Amino acid sequence: MSVGFTEEQVRRYARHIILPGIGGEGQCKLLDAKVLCIGAGGLGSPVGMYLAAAGVGTLGILDFDKVDESNLQRQIIHSTADVGRPKVDSATDRLRAINPTIEVVPYDTILTSQNAFEILQPWDVVVDGTDNFPVRYLVNDTTQFLGKPLVYGSIYQWDGQATVFMPGQEAPCYRCLFPQPPPPGTVPSCAEGGVFGVLPGIVGCIQAAEAVKLITGKGDPLIGRLLIFDALQMDFQTVKVRWDADCPVCGKEPTITELIDYDAFCGLAPGEAPPEAEHGVSTH
Amino acid sequence: MVRVKLPTILRKHADGEAQVDADGSTLRELLADLETRYPGITKNVVTPDGGLHRFVNVYVNDEDVRYLGSLETAVKEGDRISILPAVAGG
Repeated sequence: MSVGFTEEQVRRYARHIILPGIGGEGQCKLLDAKVLCIGAGGLGSPVGMYLAAAGVGTLGILDFDKVDESNLQRQIIHSTADVGRPKVDSATDRLRAINPTIEVVPYDTILTSQNAFEILQPWDVVVDGTDNFPVRYLVNDTTQFLGKPLVYGSIYQWDGQATVFMPGQEAPCYRCLFPQPPPPGTVPSCAEGGVFGVLPGIVGCIQAAEAVKLITGKGDPLIGRLLIFDALQMDFQTVKVRWDADCPVCGKEPTITELIDYDAFCGLAPGEAPPEAEHGVSTH
Repeated sequence: MVRVKLPTILRKHADGEAQVDADGSTLRELLADLETRYPGITKNVVTPDGGLHRFVNVYVNDEDVRYLGSLETAVKEGDRISILPAVAGG
């Protein structure tokens, strides 16, 4: 075993250390890694729990909301006793219980154009587990400007999507995939349309797997590929995500070169909550 | 007939079916036939002036039609057409 591990680490991470593809070297990379998960909800739950278990050395979790009883059907990082507590407090307790040897950094705050650079700057990998369009575009643009990989996942009712946006030459970003958000009101929120409780577990686990692969440098990440998951039909499909040379953020001649007003971009009035926002984050 | 895979959000227009068949040799003809069979189903896919909405992607097999011929993309029996709306839930 690597001399860099403590005896406790060798015991705790034994199944990764003996796993071809991770090994001692990969486990060291995980221990050195800093991953920020935006949102401590349905996607953030498995993302945080599996990355904590994997020994990601520094794990950030951002959410401004409090645990609601209606979250417990899918947000498995929170327990019944946590109802009413800030989600980052509840999530931090759970992550530290799973793995007390890692550092957990809670951000009990709203991600905005004003604080996004400062919050995302220290992290190696960002995982998008938010629940509304303004923050998804904000996180995309910020990671593009900072040159950080973004592990994207999104869910609705029975359908899930996941991909990896890796800033770089002719590599697609979220705006290449969906140049514009739907007009407010055209897509019902999970609060209105419902969501299959197991769905974020599956999609979040895919995001956690992709984060581990990015950190360890193993396998083929979902860069330039979008995984489409249909839980009702139990169907996984992979389609191409093309880089858009005309993309306003990552294209040949970018027209967006700094963070913008994402509420306005998504057709929301200033101060108006995104119709989808239930947990995670808002932009104001 | 070409098989079209529907996201959950559009299935309410198609009696809950996950996949439906439609006729046409281009994507535009296919979607028009789909609209005839299931009124309202393409309202949030095709714009009023006959383009594709930017928050919905359509794939022919694994390729985004925006990088093929958009609505004029040729389709044939055996192709798998997938409609994919942007969703933000988490």
